Amino acid sequence: MQVTRRQFFKICAGGLGSSGLAMLGLMPGEALAEVRQFKLERSTETRNTCPYCSVSCGVLMYSYGDKAKNAKESIFHIEGDPDHPVNRGTLCPKGAGLLDFVHSPNRLKYPEVREPGSNEWKRISWDEAFDKVARLMKDDRDKNFIAKNAAGATVNRWTTTSFLAASASSNETGYITHKVLRPTGILAFDNQARV
Amino acid sequence: MASLAPTFGRGAMTNHWVDIKNANVIVVMGGNAAEAHPCGFKWVTEAKAHNKATFIVIDPRFTRSAAMADMYVPLRTGTDIAFLGGVINYLLSHDKIQHEYVKAYTNASLIVGAGYKFDDGLFSGYDEPGRKYDRSSWAYEMGPDGYAKADPTLKHPRCVINLMMQHYSRYTPEAVSNITGTSKEQFLKVCEILASTSVPNRTTTFMYALGWTQHSVGSQMIRTAALVQLLLGNIGMPGGGINALRGHSNIQGLTDLGLLSNLLPGYLTLPNEKETDYKAYIDKRTLKPLRPNQFNYWSNYPKFHVSLMKSWWGDKATKENNWCYDYLPKLDVEYDIMRQFELMAQGKMNGYFCQGFNPLASLPNKKKLTDGLSKLKFLVVIDPLATDTSCFWENHGEYNDVDPSQIMTEVIRLPSSCFAEETGSLTNSGRWLQWHWKGQEPPGEAMDDAAIMANIFLRLRELYRKEGGAFPDPILNLTWPYKIPHAPSPEELAMEYNGKALADLTDPKDKTKVLIKAGQQVDGYGQLKDDGTTACGCWLFSGSYTEKGNMMARRDNSDPSGLGNTLNWAYSWPANRRILYNRASCDPTGKPWDPKRRLVWWDGAKWTGADVPDFKPDSAPSEGMSPFIMQPEGVGRLFALDKMAEGPFPEHYEPFETPIGTNPLHPKVVSNPAARVFKGDMEQFGKAKEFPYAGTTYRLTEHFHYWTKHTELSSIIQPQQFVEIGEELAKEKGIKAGDMVKVSSNRGYIKAKAVVTKRIKPLQADGKTIHHVGVPIHWGFKGIAKPGFLANTLTPVVGDANSQTPEFKSFLVNIEKA
Repeated sequence: MQVTRRQFFKICAGGLGSSGLAMLGLMPGEALAEVRQFKLERSTETRNTCPYCSVSCGVLMYSYGDKAKNAKESIFHIEGDPDHPVNRGTLCPKGAGLLDFVHSPNRLKYPEVREPGSNEWKRISWDEAFDKVARLMKDDRDKNFIAKNAAGATVNRWTTTSFLAASASSNETGYITHKVLRPTGILAFDNQARV
Repeated sequence: MASLAPTFGRGAMTNHWVDIKNANVIVVMGGNAAEAHPCGFKWVTEAKAHNKATFIVIDPRFTRSAAMADMYVPLRTGTDIAFLGGVINYLLSHDKIQHEYVKAYTNASLIVGAGYKFDDGLFSGYDEPGRKYDRSSWAYEMGPDGYAKADPTLKHPRCVINLMMQHYSRYTPEAVSNITGTSKEQFLKVCEILASTSVPNRTTTFMYALGWTQHSVGSQMIRTAALVQLLLGNIGMPGGGINALRGHSNIQGLTDLGLLSNLLPGYLTLPNEKETDYKAYIDKRTLKPLRPNQFNYWSNYPKFHVSLMKSWWGDKATKENNWCYDYLPKLDVEYDIMRQFELMAQGKMNGYFCQGFNPLASLPNKKKLTDGLSKLKFLVVIDPLATDTSCFWENHGEYNDVDPSQIMTEVIRLPSSCFAEETGSLTNSGRWLQWHWKGQEPPGEAMDDAAIMANIFLRLRELYRKEGGAFPDPILNLTWPYKIPHAPSPEELAMEYNGKALADLTDPKDKTKVLIKAGQQVDGYGQLKDDGTTACGCWLFSGSYTEKGNMMARRDNSDPSGLGNTLNWAYSWPANRRILYNRASCDPTGKPWDPKRRLVWWDGAKWTGADVPDFKPDSAPSEGMSPFIMQPEGVGRLFALDKMAEGPFPEHYEPFETPIGTNPLHPKVVSNPAARVFKGDMEQFGKAKEFPYAGTTYRLTEHFHYWTKHTELSSIIQPQQFVEIGEELAKEKGIKAGDMVKVSSNRGYIKAKAVVTKRIKPLQADGKTIHHVGVPIHWGFKGIAKPGFLANTLTPVVGDANSQTPEFKSFLVNIEKA
């Protein structure tokens, strides 16, 4: 079953969370004098694929957090997957720096808008962002949609808005992107296959 | 892809990464795998170490791949067709071809119609004002039985092989050397090495990447290599093939899913506006066999198309409404990225979305791009990083000299997750769909891409529900079966593209036996129907998520045959086949050409082996079915019929900005006569008089496009922009290593540090000395690396005539001390 974070919190608020809360382990930690533990021992290992070139090397990502719904995982190490038949554990200089991509200071965190003529970004909510985007799309589509061409043939196309799709996103993202866009009649639709 | 599909039937790397270890000769040309695909390149070193392979690199620069090669051969940028055309001439004139293979598995013996001509640089049917061909004369001569005529004796003067011999007879070693700048001796040595694999038990593999695609004749460069491989009998063989090394991690998948102007998922094609009749649309794509007894797999087109329409529009797609044919937009022209920016320049584009794409850096002529983006009403950028495109309106001094107050484009930036924060599959270059898992939540409020698309769609649908508007039906009626509508799960989406039964599917041989119950996942595309009883979002990926579970998540790396096919690791389209056209690894009687590399074979009752046979499993060799099952004639195409824009045989044309200013083969037709050039862009081409040096862009192993300038490690190990020039040019221009230099083209300039190297040598072509200037691409005005100039400030707006891939590899520049 798929549960989003928001739903999970609703479930918790509904009372089902009590057993989960017990599992949080909110107990005073024992103060032990011991040598530093091997970091990977208390980490979660997740298999992933390098997102850069098309060799698609297998990688292992190590994160803090045990995948409990209320624990926030944070990846602290990424290395090549030794079981992967293509890369056999190796990574190139780019792949070896994948952790720095995940935690790049230039990661975007919030929806933003830059208004016409403005010299700055303004933070907005997702609700505002989605409403804005849907409204811009609809207004442009309604105004410029071509139902029939000069010859009178039904063409049902929309050519005044374009969409460039990512080529490092998953097949599932690619599939749903195509599925939601083609019904609008969009034709100016492309991806990085050319560059 | 625009060259492999017309030649072999499918647009993809024919073999896969690990299989490179099985090669006897490896050619890296139009690419630099050691630099750009380092962990895949290890299979080249594996082949050298354990298979005694000979490794050849052909490139204008002595690259990191060349450093590992047995033989490095320089050539002038943009002249690969001349070189490989010379190889074809050598193989044919020295009788170094795999005769039995060529005769049985290529269209060598088929007869071309009398209307076909090639004369002084132009093929028959040229329309000069339109810069395009009427391709109707590039066809087989048809017999009264409806099949293409053939002459198995190969005597007929219009047999493909004879036309080919005639076409390439002009590519003598002298002509090749004069055009390419490669010495005659080196050229002939390469020919000899390649010719050594014309025997049945030796193979060459070619590895290429953007070094071929990014030319105005890129598709034909690839096709020339494909012709060499067909003549040598190296397609379908372990250790053979034409290996297209894709750039991005899922560019193969996104292409397979049809996210292009003219496609639908699985290489189904959108109708054009003249195709008003559904039946005519379907009939045209439901190919008829061109030779007797062929599989002709595209005869199944209606099954794939109807299943897609059922997947998208469910019960609304009925036989009566032609499966919602009116819901599909009809094309007038192709809207590729370069046309999109042309429309922006003309003020005909209002809105623009960039999902994980940085076109300000990735497309040619930055000035034209900035002007275009500035004319938009709105720009939406969906990305994990602060891309240059999203900040095109910011002033960054000389690096991005714009005035924000004059730019009226509204820019909305939506933060998305990165690979580590999502679950799903990517399709690698070797067509493996590999599932991966999420390791953490995205930072801040960032959201995964599928959820962003779902939210945008749901809001748009809601507006159409409330307000009505232009033709809302396809939007309102789109199927949306996801448990959490605003966050479809990757599993749900994968199951949808795999496809399912909408009614009980029975065994065609025994109608009482139900194979798949209604609602269950299909096992593969072989079960799809054209009567509306199956739904499938991408037939090509069907088989990847069946009732047995997620095949893409399989992680058994065992390799019993030792050939490296690991059939239980992930899932490889089509039908989990690892090497495409593998029927051709056997002779016509069904026995492997090479007893040491047994891939598939006929066991007397069926096809079997160490790979999934790419063939009709029960078709006995005596039935005469040929191995290229996607082609209506069943064979590999030496003659491409009407499938290529600039001709059925590749011909050498100069880059649009040529340092020699002529085409020694036919001075009247210098550059690709069928390449599209927009008005205004033609005038922006520079001439060798002002810009005498051959500029070429490329990538470095420490960086990935324009992403890694945002990452610390890459920015430390390769911090600052540079250009590379040879010692001779440096001396001529008084430039020392470490000097700041200004490189300019007719479109703008960049400044960078000079690296003076022995790796680039001057070449002599057509009596001129040609210097190359190397321009690595990875810098820009956003990021944590030192700011730099976007390299596309220099590049011209012209693309390959088939794929519209921009000519980034060959253009003209000048260089001086800054």
